[in-house]
Amino acid sequence: MAARKSTRGKNAPDPQELLGYYRDMLLIRRFEEKAGQLYGMGLIGGFCHLYIGQEAVVVGLQANCKDGDQVITTYRDHGHMLACGMDPKGVMAELTGRAGGYSKGKGGSMHMFSKEKEFYGGHGIVGANVPLGAGLAFTNKYRGNDHVSMTYFGDGASNQGQVYETFNMAALWKLPVIFVIENNQYAMGTAQKRSTSTPALYTRGEAFGIPGEEVDGMDVLKVKAAGAKAMAHCRAGKGPYILEVKTYRYRGHSMSDPAKYRTREEVSKMREERDPIDGLRKQILDGGHADEDAIKEIDKEIRAVVNDAAAFAQESPEPDVSELYTDILAEA
Amino acid sequence: MTIEILMPALSPTMEEGTLAKWNIKEGDDVRAGDVIAEIETDKATMEVEAVDEGKVGKIVIPEGTEGVKVNSLIAVLLEDGEDASAAEATGARSAPSNGADATPAAPTPSAPAPAAPAQPAAAPTAAEAPDWPEGTAMVQQTVREALRDAMAEEMRRDGDVFLMGEEVAEYQGAYKISQGLLDEFGAKRVIDTPITEHGFAGIGVGAAFAGLRPIVEFMTFNFAMQAIDQIINSAAKTLYMSGGQMGAPIVFRGPNGAAARVAAQHSQDYAAWYSHVPGLKVVQAYSAADAKGLLKSAIRDPNPVIFLENEILYGKSFDVPELDDFTVPIGKARVWREGTDVTLVSFGIGMTYALEAADRLADEGISAEVVDLRSLRPMDTGAVVRSVQKTNRCVTIEEGFPVCSIGNHISAVLMQEAFDWLDAPVINCTGKDVPMPYAANLEKLALVTTGQVVDAAKSVCYR
Repeated sequence: MAARKSTRGKNAPDPQELLGYYRDMLLIRRFEEKAGQLYGMGLIGGFCHLYIGQEAVVVGLQANCKDGDQVITTYRDHGHMLACGMDPKGVMAELTGRAGGYSKGKGGSMHMFSKEKEFYGGHGIVGANVPLGAGLAFTNKYRGNDHVSMTYFGDGASNQGQVYETFNMAALWKLPVIFVIENNQYAMGTAQKRSTSTPALYTRGEAFGIPGEEVDGMDVLKVKAAGAKAMAHCRAGKGPYILEVKTYRYRGHSMSDPAKYRTREEVSKMREERDPIDGLRKQILDGGHADEDAIKEIDKEIRAVVNDAAAFAQESPEPDVSELYTDILAEA
Repeated sequence: MTIEILMPALSPTMEEGTLAKWNIKEGDDVRAGDVIAEIETDKATMEVEAVDEGKVGKIVIPEGTEGVKVNSLIAVLLEDGEDASAAEATGARSAPSNGADATPAAPTPSAPAPAAPAQPAAAPTAAEAPDWPEGTAMVQQTVREALRDAMAEEMRRDGDVFLMGEEVAEYQGAYKISQGLLDEFGAKRVIDTPITEHGFAGIGVGAAFAGLRPIVEFMTFNFAMQAIDQIINSAAKTLYMSGGQMGAPIVFRGPNGAAARVAAQHSQDYAAWYSHVPGLKVVQAYSAADAKGLLKSAIRDPNPVIFLENEILYGKSFDVPELDDFTVPIGKARVWREGTDVTLVSFGIGMTYALEAADRLADEGISAEVVDLRSLRPMDTGAVVRSVQKTNRCVTIEEGFPVCSIGNHISAVLMQEAFDWLDAPVINCTGKDVPMPYAANLEKLALVTTGQVVDAAKSVCYR
């Protein structure tokens, strides 16, 4: 997604920019709700990790990206793909395992890619995408361009050994990579305080000389502002940057997670008081940036996009059986 | 009593070296810790320090002597009160510095043949259509030099090719494979990494996703166990998981299998492990020509290639064709020696046993055909089947563990595709089903031996 440039004064938000974020976050929200619904109908199989609640993180950060910047994340990846501008139809059809999916039905929820949109997955092994993301940044440096690798991972992955191996090399070689720790406070069912010796994940780069910052991940404008600072640091050739974005996932870890490790009240309180989409809607309306009709128009538009995606994902045929043996090796 | 100074072994696999320089002369006083000489191996020049003190009584091996065997007498120190005649006596006693006599007295194992560093009796010649045109000029090269040349040629050809790994740049390679590359290509393209295999393997794969052509050197494949998740889950599977959109054109290379006396954690053969995985190509060359031609092909290949080397073969010389751009296709076996009675199938270091066994079998009137697989995935099983259709018997040879081995796979293929041609069950000669022991005698027993191969070949020939 291209950055939306403000045309007003420095601190006055541009209505189109705000509505854009609203639209992008709402697309993710509605898309994920629909995915949950299709999962319940047996149309989506396996593991399916929904991004509901975390939308402001990827929407705010991707707003700072330009063409050629790369994105890589873990298995909770639907939101990132939509924020990269990938077609909701192709993403949903991959979830249903159909030929029209981004990976022709061979990757599924956790393993999707788009070379065209510089989206490098979708990785199912916790922490493994972190060195891969540094490898993307390595390529930028090798080629001498100013592109930046957006490398997303969770609070759980931030305890993996390979993350620190990567921090060391990224700092040593001044690789242009933003390490985004999406701290949704639960590594599957383990609360952060039960798994993590020091809670301030943004300080995890200190030993390597990597600057870090804690960000309110339920406020898309704050996320965007923090991302802009990190991006400037990386583009200037100063090496990696860590953003710990505090967020919350409303749904279970995956569709099969009953989420007994937290109270219903905790989730409700977060939804009612901190929801990033409700918050932005209120800001738009209270600030007079747009009226109810404009918001409703976007809601309607997004519902149509998501319904089209769901219809496409059900109509698209299963992959041809010949696909079993394709894409194992590239032609030499 | 005089003190004997012997030619030291400077690495686990060193057998001989050049006594490049003496820093002492007869009559000098030497104290423990003094640098007394410089010794060159095919990998490096090393300084030799005195262990004892005394007066230099006699320099037995003059400086500049090449091929000085490890443990041969190179100088004699006199202790207090001794004169030069004592040194003469010592020299006379052990001067014939033929290394074979001077090697440590290892107990003779019950297995008949010595293990790893055995040389085939004669330089083997290819019996099948060779990989280069007839009349091509040849040059003698070690496997080490061939590997370096392959990387250098491909790095000159494609600016996206780079080498990363531990000690590949300033140290010139832990096994001196990357010698000279830093000088030619600079620190941007020849990159020393910290000792973090998991991390740098992942960075390499990420760079390959984005379009670069990394060569990732593992100091040995034993250490690649730290990185195997990135090799399998990230490099091998992404092309499939992305529906063909992006894959990893990357080479993972380094020594594989047993070296000498480095025990269980540094001696494992991973050929069968990687060959198990769809999405990888797996190569293990024996000769220098194949090492060069296959490595060049591996670097150009758009897929992840596991390029298995062997430390003991690094210093071994072979004929390499003098061609501007010599490549060997991945997935094609080579018949090293034609025969009619039994097919010996091997790859990499295993070929030394196979070729030696073929010589010994010839002495006993058994004509063995020797097939070098060269590539393990994809494997040229057609070449093995064709050979067995001619000989009706097969023995496989590898240093790896016996369970789920490469030989097991070949046996299964032959059972399915050549059952009616087999006149005897296939025998798999492998390393033993034990972690590699350290003791010299036990290590020899743990590896496959030429005697084992000869016995197996006779057995399938009912001789």
